[in-house]
Amino acid sequence: MARSVTTRRKIINTALAWSIGLLIFFPILWTILTSFKTEATAIANPPQFFFFDWTLENYAVVQERSNYARFLWNSIIIAGGSTILGIIIAIPAAWSMAFVPSKRTKDILLWMLSTKMLPAVGVLYPLYLIFIELGLLDTRIGLTIVLMLVNLPIIVWMLYTYFREIPGEILEAARMDGASLRSEILYVLTPMAVPGIASTLLLNFILAWNEAFWTLNLTAAKAAPLTAFIASYSSPEGLFYAKLSAASTMAIAPILILGWFSQKQLVRGLTFGAVK
Amino acid sequence: MGQITLQKVSKKFGNAEVIPPLDLTIEDGEFTVFVGPSGCGKSTLLRLIAGLEDITSGSILIDGTDATDQPPAKRGLAMVFQSYALYPHMTVRKNIAFPMRMAGIDQAEQDRRIEQAAAALNLTDYLDRRPGQLSGGQRQRVAIGRAIVREPSAFLFDEPLSNLDAALRVGMRLEIGELHKRLRTTMIYVTHDQVEAMTMADKIVVLRAGVIEQVGTPLELYRTPRNTFVAGFIGSPKMNLLEGEEASRHDAHTVGIRPEHIDVAEEGGLWSGRVGVAEHLGSDTFFHVHETGLAETITVRAPGEVNFRHGDRITLSPRLEQLHRFDRDGARIA
Amino acid sequence: MATQHSRSAARLMMAPAVILLLGWMLVPLTMTLYFSFKKYLPLRGGDLGWAGFDNYVRFVTSSAFWPSVQATLVIVGGVLLITVALGIVLALLLDQPMWGQGVVRILVIAPFFVMPTVSALVWKNMFMDPVNGLFAHLWAFFGAQPIEWLSQASLASIILIVSWQWLPFATLILLTAIQSLDSEQLEASEMDGAPPLSRFMWIILPHLARAITIVVLIQTIFLLSIFAEIFVTTGGAFGSRTLTYLIYQRVLESLNVGLGSAGGIYAVILANIIAIFLMRIVGKNLDA
Repeated sequence: MARSVTTRRKIINTALAWSIGLLIFFPILWTILTSFKTEATAIANPPQFFFFDWTLENYAVVQERSNYARFLWNSIIIAGGSTILGIIIAIPAAWSMAFVPSKRTKDILLWMLSTKMLPAVGVLYPLYLIFIELGLLDTRIGLTIVLMLVNLPIIVWMLYTYFREIPGEILEAARMDGASLRSEILYVLTPMAVPGIASTLLLNFILAWNEAFWTLNLTAAKAAPLTAFIASYSSPEGLFYAKLSAASTMAIAPILILGWFSQKQLVRGLTFGAVK
Repeated sequence: MGQITLQKVSKKFGNAEVIPPLDLTIEDGEFTVFVGPSGCGKSTLLRLIAGLEDITSGSILIDGTDATDQPPAKRGLAMVFQSYALYPHMTVRKNIAFPMRMAGIDQAEQDRRIEQAAAALNLTDYLDRRPGQLSGGQRQRVAIGRAIVREPSAFLFDEPLSNLDAALRVGMRLEIGELHKRLRTTMIYVTHDQVEAMTMADKIVVLRAGVIEQVGTPLELYRTPRNTFVAGFIGSPKMNLLEGEEASRHDAHTVGIRPEHIDVAEEGGLWSGRVGVAEHLGSDTFFHVHETGLAETITVRAPGEVNFRHGDRITLSPRLEQLHRFDRDGARIA
Repeated sequence: MATQHSRSAARLMMAPAVILLLGWMLVPLTMTLYFSFKKYLPLRGGDLGWAGFDNYVRFVTSSAFWPSVQATLVIVGGVLLITVALGIVLALLLDQPMWGQGVVRILVIAPFFVMPTVSALVWKNMFMDPVNGLFAHLWAFFGAQPIEWLSQASLASIILIVSWQWLPFATLILLTAIQSLDSEQLEASEMDGAPPLSRFMWIILPHLARAITIVVLIQTIFLLSIFAEIFVTTGGAFGSRTLTYLIYQRVLESLNVGLGSAGGIYAVILANIIAIFLMRIVGKNLDA
């Protein structure tokens, strides 16, 4: 928009937007600040904002007492594994739907979407039984598979919308050049779709990282990722604000950083291409 | 070798028959142009030959062997697409090397053929660039290079020049023509531009609604169009087609006379009319003549120095030995 | 662009995704359906025979059912109202020229990336705790009696927490939609002499209608199944037991699988009704 705006209006806009932005961000900021306080400062009244004795002690205690690194590792394995697995399964499917569309393509896409809307609680017990039967309860592989299935529709959808932007003639050219289907996908389509695949990877990693329902219900001590680790702080003996804050900060920091990179793709991914 | 034979080939999309069964033979080494208005099925026909679409019935033979069920990669054909379809993530060198890489040709041979193709196509300085950094004409050459190195039995061109500007198009037309003279490989070229067809082809196939209207050399088509459609499509400006009294005088339903076969004079001609628009090209002048009583407009091509103006009354003398006669169905009367 | 060959290849390559999702949907759902017609109590001998529609009837006639429906509606409705209304205001604001737009955008979006358990815990303890929470300090500062948020105003508290999490989503989508509005259209209406409020009412709002619908539908689907926020904060107590949470308790806490499964089927039907509307919109977009 090439509209000129008075400086006064711009100042008002800026002040207003920043105030609201900071207000919304405040709980996160407050958590991060508190994580550097001693337990006594953390609950002090009046609250201390910046001028307190900064300490890293909480981080050390959290790691030492609950072995934070193990939960972090579980989170990385489960979120990363489910996303990569999902992408490997979704790329061929998205290729089919984007480049060899048939009358049923639309129905299949919508049907996939509909599985995403199935309320998890409705199938909790059966899945519980299946997990016990297969010995998957509280294992990383079990949760990885479930989260992959939960996010697969979104992955297929995102890849499909990205693939559709690639001209079909280029794939035909590859076919004329003697490429097999495998080479066509591996050497031509995938490299061309790298930005789209990366965005898909990022967003779904975040979704898997933050997933709470299955994580809380299908894992216990061994395979619990950070979401479950944090939930363990809701028990009364865990009520130390500074330590809770340190644990929380460690759990959300990686994803906040990744999230900032993915904000553009977020809209597209979460609205299934309906808003671009 | 590169002889391509279509036997009773037809194509349906759902229930719509795009190409009713047709027969066609393209001889080895021939430059064949498929030409026709948009939607006439010429690109579809090319894609059927390439193997990018299945034929509904009939068979396609390449050098005498049945290729109907072979995938595109196995047919030994190379294709140059309208959009060039270069791989944007690969350098020019990698683009050209791709078909050889797929065929498992060894590196030394790959390099040799790339150098050769690049030299022939003036691409040597651009081998390490990506397609995005090239001009339209250069991209076109890369696409041709990618086709050449496969040493295919035939080249397929799908309107390759339509994305280029007019000046470049003339240049590329000559380059492709020279390439054919040098390689002597079968080429099939699809275009809607009859000038491209006339200038490049050994053999022109005129298509309308999936049906072959006529096959022949450019001059055959020009001199003896088989029907009014071909008569109107080949030649620029278009042939004048007259019906009614003038036609019945020649025992025909329709008569046709090309603009270049009508002479103009101030008086003394067979027909008369008033000049509407006069287009002076320098070498030639085109007159669009109205009020002739024969047709809405009669187009005449005169030498550049003839100088009539808008509104002038002139007379026209058709060279009657160049008159084309057609019957009620539009077919030529011999 | 398709030959028989590529079409059959396409079917083959679609197969893994389709089969996996089909299994993921059908197997547990069939089991739930099966259990819902059973008297099934794992701690009291497991399968105690067929129950007909008993579970379905008991689920809706239990004293917990209607309050849970009410809690669900209040939470979903409240969050939708807050996020959409504030989302529009924020999106309009963020679309204005200002300094540091990128940073503000990031600040606003950040809550979406906070995992639900973290946000629930942080709000519960550090803000809503009646003794040490920031709100308690704030109330005390003004001389007011601190509120026991999660027991006295449990629904409002949960709505606040969940709204905080979903406001970024609504804002981001509405902002994207506003930015796709042709600025010439706005300028034309300005030339026509439309004051700002009617420009908003007659040009911006209609343009946003589709985006708002999408926000509402997608959020509804996610909000109907919010779990961690309740699990961590109230554990379903103090009138904050939603339908999802009720089913969860029936299945995993009181281990009445038959009853819980019947509830689950209700939830599936409910979600499907909403999903149909969302699919229509998404499907239409697919044709374009």
